[in-house]
Amino acid sequence: MTRTQAPRSSPSRTSPSHLLPTEEPLALLRPDGTPVEGSPLVMPADDVLVELYRRMVVGRRFDTQATALTRQGRLAVYPSSRGQEACEIAPVLALRPDDWLFPTYRDSVALVSRGIDPAQTLTLLQGGWHLGYDPYEHRVGPQCTPLATNTLHAVGFAHAARLKGEDTAALVLLGDGATSEGDTHEALNFAGVWQAPVVFLVQNNGYAISVPLDKQTAAPTLAHKGIGYGVPSVLVDGNDAAAVYAVVRDALRTGGPTLIEALTYRIEAHTNADDATRYRTSDEVAAWLARDPVDRLSAYLTARGLLDERTKDDVAREAETFAAAVRAALNVDVEPDPADLFEHVYATMPAHLRAQAEFLREESA
Amino acid sequence: MTVSMAGALNKALADALDADPTVLVFGEDVGPLGGVFRVTDGLAARFGDRRVFDTPLAESGIVGTAIGMAMNGLRPVVEMQFDAFAYPAFEQITSHLAKLRNRTRGAVSLPVVIRVPYGGGIGGVEHHCDSSEAYYTHTPGLRVVTPGTPDDAYRLLRAAIDSPDPVIFLEPKRRYWSKGPLTDESLAFDRAVVRRPGADVTLIAYGPMVATALETAEAAEEEGWDVEVVDLRSLAPFDDDTVCASVVKTGRAVVVHEASGFGGYGAEVVARVTERCFHHLHAPVLRVTGFDIPYPPPKLEEFHLPGVDRILDTIGRLQWDDEVVAARRG
Repeated sequence: MTRTQAPRSSPSRTSPSHLLPTEEPLALLRPDGTPVEGSPLVMPADDVLVELYRRMVVGRRFDTQATALTRQGRLAVYPSSRGQEACEIAPVLALRPDDWLFPTYRDSVALVSRGIDPAQTLTLLQGGWHLGYDPYEHRVGPQCTPLATNTLHAVGFAHAARLKGEDTAALVLLGDGATSEGDTHEALNFAGVWQAPVVFLVQNNGYAISVPLDKQTAAPTLAHKGIGYGVPSVLVDGNDAAAVYAVVRDALRTGGPTLIEALTYRIEAHTNADDATRYRTSDEVAAWLARDPVDRLSAYLTARGLLDERTKDDVAREAETFAAAVRAALNVDVEPDPADLFEHVYATMPAHLRAQAEFLREESA
Repeated sequence: MTVSMAGALNKALADALDADPTVLVFGEDVGPLGGVFRVTDGLAARFGDRRVFDTPLAESGIVGTAIGMAMNGLRPVVEMQFDAFAYPAFEQITSHLAKLRNRTRGAVSLPVVIRVPYGGGIGGVEHHCDSSEAYYTHTPGLRVVTPGTPDDAYRLLRAAIDSPDPVIFLEPKRRYWSKGPLTDESLAFDRAVVRRPGADVTLIAYGPMVATALETAEAAEEEGWDVEVVDLRSLAPFDDDTVCASVVKTGRAVVVHEASGFGGYGAEVVARVTERCFHHLHAPVLRVTGFDIPYPPPKLEEFHLPGVDRILDTIGRLQWDDEVVAARRG
């Protein structure tokens, strides 16, 4: 790179059409599990599809277990991702080992699928600490509670990889509401200018807590937001795990940014503290239940002879065992150590925190 | 070697870029232009546009991507161009930059330096003259430092870049062109320094007010007051030891800053000094600050900014023994 470059001819100035998403969401499977004819996507390998099914079943069981633990007071709060399993599991499976994931608070199922111990995944929501896992151990950024701020971390991380000559991409998860936040726009713009290898996966589940999409944006789709930043955009059926896997895998390998909008639905309320009946109808929920991502893949795999009753039973048992382990881990009372309050505020504890730690130690003695 | 503060900062950046290949400098206009104050002058040409580069005009984006880069092993030094223009980055600074080490129990270290030219006195229009230190010092996890001399500017910035913790580096922009010697002295990163010894009263200042405090101390000699000037340098963490040793010695203290007084940084200093040195004080600890107003337009700023006369008047209210002072005046 030199400082005296000729003016860059931006591809978006000459042919913006390649940045636009398709009119209809890309899909590989119809809601009934039959294959879509003529899809431009490449169907993932059989073993990948079976693995997607297995992880979605286990992930859903984890989600219902966490919801139950919230009702028992074991978790302070739990934002369910039930119904969004294809968006949680498929992208994680599509990541290469060196790639990084930057999740939000709703993506516990994705974290479990990345291999993080479920108790560590739930530490934030259980209230034990703000984060339960080591990001470097799993190549997973801290779960982000403020909306859209993680998009910039992902862009910076991916750009740093590029500067260091590493072939590492970042996948950042965000919701439909987060696309209205300024940071999403700054992140898309930086990613476009830098051509950073980062994939923005918007899980459009229809509502930002209670606010529906038509009050969130006037854009034809959220994927259209990429065009203004020179970022190619993809619209995908977010309840089709095979399609989500295919588009994320391809996007991670472009070496540049991609914005993916995955159309899905959150079957439960925003969190256990929310009453979804105040803003949506049971008919709407029923319609989305008929588009269930697990049933869809199950039907396809069964028709293909890749999934029999015995395998389904095995997976169901595995899910139960997993849930039992989650229950056991979360039902242990852990005494918090007040000294933790003062650790890791700075690399080395400054004098005023040493004094406050000593004060608290004497006070609690 | 005598340099301007801007020159000292430029040298600090160049030396840091030279010493450590993971150091990056980026922000708005820091590339070929060399920054609107020329603090990054020549760096892009010398180190190339992979190390020193311009970004889109988006402060949250600059800080947010710096966080991601630091997570991936780099040491970003970013510029906010002007104090009030940093506010769009406030969420990234307070919710993430300051907290990620703590949230991850030490797993994530964010050696990010945010350079913020701050304060008034340059005839700037609105949004170019804020003193925003209290917003940052109120946030645990951040180090907040500000140099009062070119020598400190060099050494503080090198220390900030070496720091494993995020640093808000406040540059007193009206002192960019003031000159002074560069020394080889080492600098303890979180230590205040006695700039001028004195016996009767401690003036506690930082950043742009250090020079004003020293000027005041000279003028105070004629009034019969022997003024000690303490330059805080590190606003957070706060160096209680150096400040209290001075106040215990003098028995009187005045805190000076440009920012508004109400809820301001000086209130913290007064509280700390009072709590620790109460029995050594001959008078209440007083503050000289900017008024509790939005920063005024350039033609009015001279009335707002604390100057020598206002500080001298305040020193005069510290319950002096008139006979002793009269004898000193001769």
